[in-house]
Amino acid sequence: MNAPDIDIEQQQWDLVIKPKTGLFEINFKDVWSYRDLLVLLVRRDFVAMYKQTILGPIWFVLQPILTTLTYILVFTGIAKIGTDDVPPLVFYMAGITMWNYYSECLTRTSTVFKDNSNIFGKVYFPRLIMPLSIVVSNLVKLGIQFGLFLVFWAYYLIAKGNVHPNLYMLLTPYLVILLGLLGLGCGMVISALTTKYRDLALLLTFAIQLLMYATPVIYPMSGVNPKYRWIVLANPMSSIVETFRYAFVGKGTFSWGLLAYSTVFTLVVLIGGTLIFNKVEKNFMDTV
Amino acid sequence: MSDTVIKVEHLSKLYRLGEVGTGTISHDLNRWFARIRGKEDPFSKLGESNDRTKKGSSEYVWALQDINFEIKRGSVVGIIGRNGAGKSTLLKILSRTTAPTKGNIKIKGRVASLLEVGTVFHPELTGRENIYLNGTILGMRRKEIDRKLDEIVDFAGVERYVDTPVKRYSSGMYVRLAFAVAAHLESEIMIVDEVLAVGDLEFQKKCFGYMNKINESHAKTLLIVSHQLNVIKSLCKESILMANGTLQKFDTTDKVLTEYLYTNKSSSSWVRTEKYDNKYFDLMELELQNEDGEPTTIFTGMDNIVLSVELNVKQLVPELIVGFAIYAEDGTLIFWATNKDEKVENWAELSSGKCRLKFVIPSRFLNESSYFIEFFAAIHYREWIINPDGTAPRVDFEIKGDLSDSPNWQAKRPGIMAPLIKSTIIN
Repeated sequence: MNAPDIDIEQQQWDLVIKPKTGLFEINFKDVWSYRDLLVLLVRRDFVAMYKQTILGPIWFVLQPILTTLTYILVFTGIAKIGTDDVPPLVFYMAGITMWNYYSECLTRTSTVFKDNSNIFGKVYFPRLIMPLSIVVSNLVKLGIQFGLFLVFWAYYLIAKGNVHPNLYMLLTPYLVILLGLLGLGCGMVISALTTKYRDLALLLTFAIQLLMYATPVIYPMSGVNPKYRWIVLANPMSSIVETFRYAFVGKGTFSWGLLAYSTVFTLVVLIGGTLIFNKVEKNFMDTV
Repeated sequence: MSDTVIKVEHLSKLYRLGEVGTGTISHDLNRWFARIRGKEDPFSKLGESNDRTKKGSSEYVWALQDINFEIKRGSVVGIIGRNGAGKSTLLKILSRTTAPTKGNIKIKGRVASLLEVGTVFHPELTGRENIYLNGTILGMRRKEIDRKLDEIVDFAGVERYVDTPVKRYSSGMYVRLAFAVAAHLESEIMIVDEVLAVGDLEFQKKCFGYMNKINESHAKTLLIVSHQLNVIKSLCKESILMANGTLQKFDTTDKVLTEYLYTNKSSSSWVRTEKYDNKYFDLMELELQNEDGEPTTIFTGMDNIVLSVELNVKQLVPELIVGFAIYAEDGTLIFWATNKDEKVENWAELSSGKCRLKFVIPSRFLNESSYFIEFFAAIHYREWIINPDGTAPRVDFEIKGDLSDSPNWQAKRPGIMAPLIKSTIIN
C-alpha cells in the first residue's frame, strides 16, 4: 500500500519553494549558473555610465583630484597635519583611491534592495548577483582612479625621487580584493538591516564619514596619539590603506599581523553578511 | 511515474498591513521569544481571511490560506478571481519573488514568468543588449540567447531598431520585446499575467497564436492569470477559482467560470454597502425592474429592461457621469452606456440630494441568455469613481423566450445579441 506513496515522494523535483530556509542554506550553484548575468550587469553599469553623461568618466578623474586638493588645503595648509614627509598630493591620493573603492562598494551594496526593488519584485534570480556586480563594476572606477594616482606617483618618483616604492606593491591586488569584499560584507549587513529598520539608512552617511576619520586616510599612522591608536588599529581598513601607501611611497607602517587581522575580519563580515543577506532576500518584498 | 509538474501543498502567506515603523522591533522580539519557547507565532493567530470588503481588525492578513493543487505536464490552467483574491500572491510565490509563510510548492522544470518583464530593461542600452540582459535575468545562458536572438527579434518585430537604445522605443515595441524574450526562454512551465492586455491588436494575435501553439503541442505547462474571461475560456481547459485567499474550485474551465459568475449572483437588486460611498455620492439602490416598476430578474425578449439607480448626491459636479456595463454570461463585455450619451439637451442631469434615474435596455435586443450589469461612475476624462472591473456593484438577469413574433424564429439563435433587424424591399 505504501510503496506508491513513497515512490511519489521520491520523485525528482527541480525546485521546492519553501518558507524561509535555514541560515546556512545558500544556493551557490544557483549563483554560479547566473554568472552570465553578473557579466552583463557590470557591462550595463559601464555602458550606462559612459552613455549618460559626457562628464561621467571625467568625473571619476576630477573627483579624487578635487578631494585631494581640498585635503591639501585644509589638512596640510590650515591644520598643519603632517604627511610623514611624503608629498601631500601622493599621500592623500593614495588614501582617497583606496577609501573611495571601499565606501562606494559599501554604500551601493547597502541600498541594493531599495535601488532594485522593481526588478526584485518582478523576477527571481539569486539576489547575491546584484551586490557582486556592484563590487565588480566599481573596479572599473577604481582602475581609472588608480591610473590617475600612478601618473602623479610616477612624476614624484622620476622627477623628484622622494617616494620609495618597495616589493610590497605586489600586494596591491590582494588589498583591492580585501577592500571589495569588506565593502561587500559590511554593505550586505547594512542592506539587510535597512530593509527592516529604515532610519538606519540615514545614519549610514554619517557612519561612513566617521569611519573614514578612524582610518589613516588624511593622517599617517605614525601621527596618531598613542592613547587613541587602538581605535585606528581595530579598524580593519587601517592596515589595508596603510599597507598600500607604504608599498608605494616607502613611508608608514606595515605589519603582517595587522594585515592578517584585516583578512580575518573581512572573512567574518563577508560570511556574516552573506548569511544575513540570504535570509532577508526571501521576504524583503513584503516589507519594502 | 506521475506527470505532476507543479505540486502546491498547504500554501499560506501572511502579510502585515499598515505602517512598518515603531513597534516592529518589539514585535520581532516578541516573535523571537515565542519561537525559542517553541510556541506558534503570536501574531499570525490574529490573522483573518483576506476579505477586503470588511475592514480587518488585525494588522495581519492571510493573503493565501492552505492552498493545495497539482498541475500535470502540458496542461494550460487559468487562474481567475476578483481583485484581492490572492492570484498575484500565488504568482509571486511561484515566480519566487516572495516566500510563502507556510507550506511549499514543488516544481519540475524551469519556470519562466511573464510578469511585466520589461521593467528590467535599461533605457540606455540597445535592444540587443537588453535582450541579453533580460534573458540572463530570466535565467538563460548567453549561448542560449545567441542561438535565439534572430527568432526573438523577429517575433518582437524590431529588426530595424535592434541597435537603438530602448529609450527611443515606443511603449508597444518595448512590451513586445520583453514578451518575446520571455517567450523564447526554454522553460517547461510558463506563468503569464495579463500580458495579452498589452500591445496592438496584431501583436495580441501573435501572442495568442503563440500560446495556442504551446497549447496544442503540450510541450509546456502554462498558468494564465487574466481578468479577460474570454481569453481564459479559449485557452484553458481547466481553471482555478480563487476567492479571499482560498482555492474555491479547480475544475474544467466551463464549470469554474459558471461558479465564478454566479458566486455572488444575487437577486434583482444589489444589497447596499458603504463600500462604494465616495465624496460625490452614495449609491443607495441598484435594481432591475420591469416596466411596471416591479423588481425582477427574468425577462422575455418582449420586455424592456429597466435599471433603476438611486443616488444620494453629496457634491454635484458637472463632469460626473454614471452608467453601466453589460456583460454576457462568460464575462464578455457587450457595451457601456451612460446618462450623457445623447445630445446635451437630453442628458439625464443629476441633482443634489436623493436622485433616482433609470436606464432602459430595449426589448428585442439581447438574446436568450444570462447577463450581468455593473454600475459605474466617473469624473469625465479624469478619474474613475467606481470602475467596472469586476468589483463594481452588480445585478444579474436572464432573458427567456419571446425573441420575435416571426413563426420562423422561435428558438434561441447563436450569438450574444438578437436584435430585430428590419428588412425592406427597395425595388
